[in-house]
Amino acid sequence: MKILVCVKQVPDTSGRLAVNPDGTLNRALMQTIINPDDMNAVEAALKLKDELGCRVSVVTMGPPPAEGMLRELMAMGADDAYLVSGREFGGSDTYATSQIIAAALDTIGLDEDDIVFCGRQAIDGDTAQVGPQIAEKLHLPQVTYAADIKKEGNTITVKRILEDGYMTIKVKTPCLVTCIKELNTPRYMTVSGVFETYAKPMTVLDYNALKDNPLIDKSTIGLNGSPTNILTSFTPPQKEPGKMLEGSDMKTCEQLAGILAEKHII
Amino acid sequence: MRTKVELANPNFDSSKLAEFKNVWVFCEQRQGKMMPTSFELISEGRKLANELGVNLCGLLLGDNVEGIAKELGGYGADEVIVCDHPLLKDYTTDAYAKVICDAISEYKPEVFLIAATNIGRDLGPRCAARLHTGLCADCTHLDVDMPAYKDFLRKASTLPEDRIEKLGKIMLKNNITEQMEAHDVSMGLKMTRPAFGGNLMASIVCPRFRPAMATVRPGVMKKNAFDEAKAEAVKLTKYDVKLSAADMETEVVETVKAAKKLVDLIGADYIVSVGRGISKDVEGGIKLAEELAAVLGGVVGGSRVAIDSGWLTADHQVGQTGKTVHPKVYIALGISGSIQHKAGMSESECIIAVNKNENAPIFEIADYGICGDLFKVTPMLTEAFKAAKAAK
Amino acid sequence: MDFHLSKEHLLVRKMYREFAETEVKPLAEEIDEEERFPMETVEKMAKLGMMGIYFPKEYGGAGGDVLSYAMCVEELAKVCGTTAVIVSAHTSLCCAPIFENGTEEQKMKYLPDLLSGRKIGAFGLTEPNAGTDASGQQTTAVLDGDHYVLNGSKCFITNGSVADTFVVFAMTDPKAGNHGISAFIVERSFPGFSSGKHEKKMGIRGSSTTDLVFEDCIVPKENLLGKEGQGFKIAMKTLDGGRIGIASQALGLGEGAVEEAIKYTKERVQFKRRLSQFQNTQFQLADMHTRMQAAQYLVYAAAMKKENHEDYSMDASMAKLFAAEAASDVTRRAVQLFGGYGYTREYPVERMMRDAKITEIYEGTSEVQRMVIAKYLGVN
Repeated sequence: MKILVCVKQVPDTSGRLAVNPDGTLNRALMQTIINPDDMNAVEAALKLKDELGCRVSVVTMGPPPAEGMLRELMAMGADDAYLVSGREFGGSDTYATSQIIAAALDTIGLDEDDIVFCGRQAIDGDTAQVGPQIAEKLHLPQVTYAADIKKEGNTITVKRILEDGYMTIKVKTPCLVTCIKELNTPRYMTVSGVFETYAKPMTVLDYNALKDNPLIDKSTIGLNGSPTNILTSFTPPQKEPGKMLEGSDMKTCEQLAGILAEKHII
Repeated sequence: MRTKVELANPNFDSSKLAEFKNVWVFCEQRQGKMMPTSFELISEGRKLANELGVNLCGLLLGDNVEGIAKELGGYGADEVIVCDHPLLKDYTTDAYAKVICDAISEYKPEVFLIAATNIGRDLGPRCAARLHTGLCADCTHLDVDMPAYKDFLRKASTLPEDRIEKLGKIMLKNNITEQMEAHDVSMGLKMTRPAFGGNLMASIVCPRFRPAMATVRPGVMKKNAFDEAKAEAVKLTKYDVKLSAADMETEVVETVKAAKKLVDLIGADYIVSVGRGISKDVEGGIKLAEELAAVLGGVVGGSRVAIDSGWLTADHQVGQTGKTVHPKVYIALGISGSIQHKAGMSESECIIAVNKNENAPIFEIADYGICGDLFKVTPMLTEAFKAAKAAK
Repeated sequence: MDFHLSKEHLLVRKMYREFAETEVKPLAEEIDEEERFPMETVEKMAKLGMMGIYFPKEYGGAGGDVLSYAMCVEELAKVCGTTAVIVSAHTSLCCAPIFENGTEEQKMKYLPDLLSGRKIGAFGLTEPNAGTDASGQQTTAVLDGDHYVLNGSKCFITNGSVADTFVVFAMTDPKAGNHGISAFIVERSFPGFSSGKHEKKMGIRGSSTTDLVFEDCIVPKENLLGKEGQGFKIAMKTLDGGRIGIASQALGLGEGAVEEAIKYTKERVQFKRRLSQFQNTQFQLADMHTRMQAAQYLVYAAAMKKENHEDYSMDASMAKLFAAEAASDVTRRAVQLFGGYGYTREYPVERMMRDAKITEIYEGTSEVQRMVIAKYLGVN
C-alpha cells in the first residue's frame, strides 16, 4: 500500500503582495511556502503511515526549486518524492495541470490499495479544481473536503464537510481524497528527518518521462492545452484611505458614534 | 474499480462551438429544499441569457424534486430540466456528474453555471474534466456583453482606458498548425474572479470549448424579484435518467446537519470581529466583542488567527478561506488586516478598525480608525453606541 | 574558508524557527511571569529529536551535528531564554559527558532515555564554596563494597527539580586536590538523594534551578563515570562543550532583541517620524546587528571545531565571552530603543535583558573565559 500526496509550492500571501505594474503577481519578490491544505494532506498520509506502515510519496508540479519543498516533506517523514517539471508544462490551467499530474501518478503506478491525497485548494488560485480533475482523468472515485479519514481494509470512511453539517462517505481504494485544515495539525520536520532527507530518492519527471502516457498530448498540456485563458488581470482600485480618529478615549468613541448616528448607519 | 464513464451522447465534441446554445444553471437542493444560491444563479443566468438572446434553463437533480422546480421560473428560468431518480436523493459525485454530463452531452448548453458551494466545487471540476471544457472557479462577476464588461472594468479596475478599449480578441496558438490565431471573445462568457485573496482580479475566457463553465461564489449575485406568473409559466422537462447502483463508487452512510446553530455572518448587518489582538485575554476579548455586537444587534466574527487558534469555531471566520460578508458596519478589533481577511470584508459599507499598531494594514481600508488598545477602547465604544442609539 | 551553511543546516534552522515561533514564543511571557518549567515544550521537543541532536542514532540520538545543536539553542533563545537553557544543560552537561566518558553499559543504560527526551539530565558541580574555584569540592564519595556513599550538597543546578539523571562530582580522595575528584551518574531515585528549593532568579525564570542534597546517598560502583580521580578533567571538558551551548543561548537572545527592536522602531512614531528614520536608531541597530553577527561566526566556528574533533576549548571560551557580553549589551540597548515601553513587561525586550545577564555568569564567568583564553595565549 502506498499514498501519493499531491502538493504545491505557493507564494506566501499572508503578508503584503508584490504586484507588477501590469497587474500580475511578482513571484520573484514573494516568499514561497508549502500550500497549507497540502500540509494537512501530507499529515493525513503520515498518520496512516504511522498506523499501517504504508509508503508515502509526495508529488508536485513546479520549477526545479520546488525540490526544497519536497525535501522538507521528506524531513517530516515522506519516503520519496517526484518533481514533475518541464517547460512544456508551463502555462497550464487546472485542466491541463490535472492532465499532467494524472499522467505522472499513472506513470508512478496506482495499485488496488493505494490512495491519492490532495489539499482542498491552493492559496494562490483558490480553485479547488485540480484534485477532482485528477480523479476524473484517472477514473478514480473522489471525496473532497475531508475532515476525518479512516481506513479499514480496502474501505475508506471519510467525514466530508458541508456548509451546514457533514456527510459520512464510504469509498473503496484506489481513490482520491482532498483534505481541509480541520483534518489535523501538520507535524514539524524532525532533526533526524532533516539529516536523512537529502539521501531519500527524488525522481524528476520531465516531458520525456511522461510523453508516452496516453494523457499527454500537445493539445492537453501547457498553455496550448488549457481550455481557459486569461483575458485580463487587474488590481481593484484602492479604497480612499479612511479617517484616523484623534486619540483613543471616550471622547473619540463618542465622536465616532455621533458620525455613525448622523449618517443613520446605526 | 477504475473504469471510464462514457457519455450518453458518444459523438459529443466540446470543440464544435456552433452546436452549443442556451444558458444552464445547476440548481442545488439539499434534502429536497432549494439552496438560496440557486435563485441567485438563475437571476444572474437570466441576465446572461438575455445578452446572448437565448433561453435560460435550470437543471435540477434529486429524488422526487419536481415540486420545487417551478419556483425557479419565478426568478427567470424559461425551462427546468428535472432529473428524478432514487439514487440522486443524496449528493454523490459519481451519480450527479454522470447525469449532468449525460444531459449536457445531449442538450449542449453554451454556458453552465454552478454555485461554488462545497458540493458545487466538488461537482464542477469533475464535469469539466469529463466534458473537456474550461471551468472558472468561484467567480464574483460574469459578463457576456462586451460594452457592459468594459464598463465594469472602468469601475472595478485600475486598468488604463486604452487597455480596456483594446480588449475583444485573444491570441492563441493552434495546436495543429502551430500558428497564432485570434479568438473573438466579444460574445463569449467573461468570468471574473479574485485571485490571491482579492488583491488581484482576473477575467477568464473559454474561447475554444463549450460549455463555458463557472462556479459562482454564493451571496454575490443579486436575486431577481420573484414573479408568480413566470413561475406558473415555466416549462418543466423530465430527463430520462440512466443510472444504476453499478455507477456508484461512493456510498453516503449518513448526512448530518450541524447541531449547533451556526453564526449567520452572511446575513448580518453588524459584525464585530476579533483577531490576534485579543491573545492576551481571549475570553475577555470575545466577551467585549459580544457586548459591542449586542448593542448593535449584530454578531461576532473572527480572523483566521482567531479560528486557527481555536478561540472561535470555523463558522465565525471572515476572509478568503472563511466567509465573504457585506454588513452595514464591520468592526475589526485587533485585526491587522491580512489580504486573506480583507478579501472577506472589504465590501462592507462601513469599516471601523481598532488596533494598537497605527501602521496595521487594516487602517488602509477602514473608514474610521482608532489607534489604541482594544481592551480599553471596546467598552467605551459599547457605551458610546448605546448612548447614541438611546438618543435617537 | 566557507561561510555557507549546508542544505541540512538551512533546513534544520527553518524547522527550529517554525517550532520556536509556534510552540515556544507564545509561552515565553507566561513561564517567566509564573516561574513555571515548560514541561509540555520539553515533551514536544523530545518528539522532534531536539533533546539528543548531535548523538548517534544507535543510542537514540537524532544523528545531527554540533552546529545543528548550537542552532537549535540559538533559535529557541531568540524567543525564550528559558527553553534554550533547558536544552543546553540537558545536552551539553549531562548527555555529552556520559556519551564521551561512559562505558558501553552506561551509555546503553542512560543515553536512550536521555536522548529521546523521555528523561531530562542535569549536572552537579557547583557548591556553595566551590563556584569558579571548582576544585574546592566538599561533597565526598566513599567506596563501601559495591557502592559509593555520597555526602554533601550542590547549588544552582539547572534542571535540578525536573531531571532524572545527574552527572555529579565528588571527592573520592580529599588529599589529592583536583586529582581526587571523581564523576558519578546519579539517578533521582537513589536512596539519600534529594533536590532542594527552587531558586528565585533575575532571568531564565522558567528554568528550574535548585540545590542537590546527598545524605548517605547510595550510588552503585558501576555508576562511576570514567576512572576515580578523572572527575575534574571530565568537568572541565564538559564545560568546554557547555560553553558552546550557552554562547548559542546568548547569541539567540541578542538576535531576538535586534529583531524585536527593528520591528518596533519601524512602527513607533515620535516627532511625526518613525523611530527607524532617526539616524541614532539606524546606527544603534547597525552596531547591535554587527555584534551579533560577529558572535554568530565565533559560535559556529567553535561548534564546527568540536564536530571535527579539533581542540575547541579556546574557541568555545571566546565564543561564550563575546556572545554573552554582546547579548547583555544588545538587549540593554534594545530596551533603550523601546523607551518606557521597553521597561514594561508588555514587550519582550526587558525579559531578554534579564535573561542575557546570566550568560556572563554560568558555565564559567566572563572572567574565567578570559583566564582560559589567556592561558592559550601563553600569557602567564
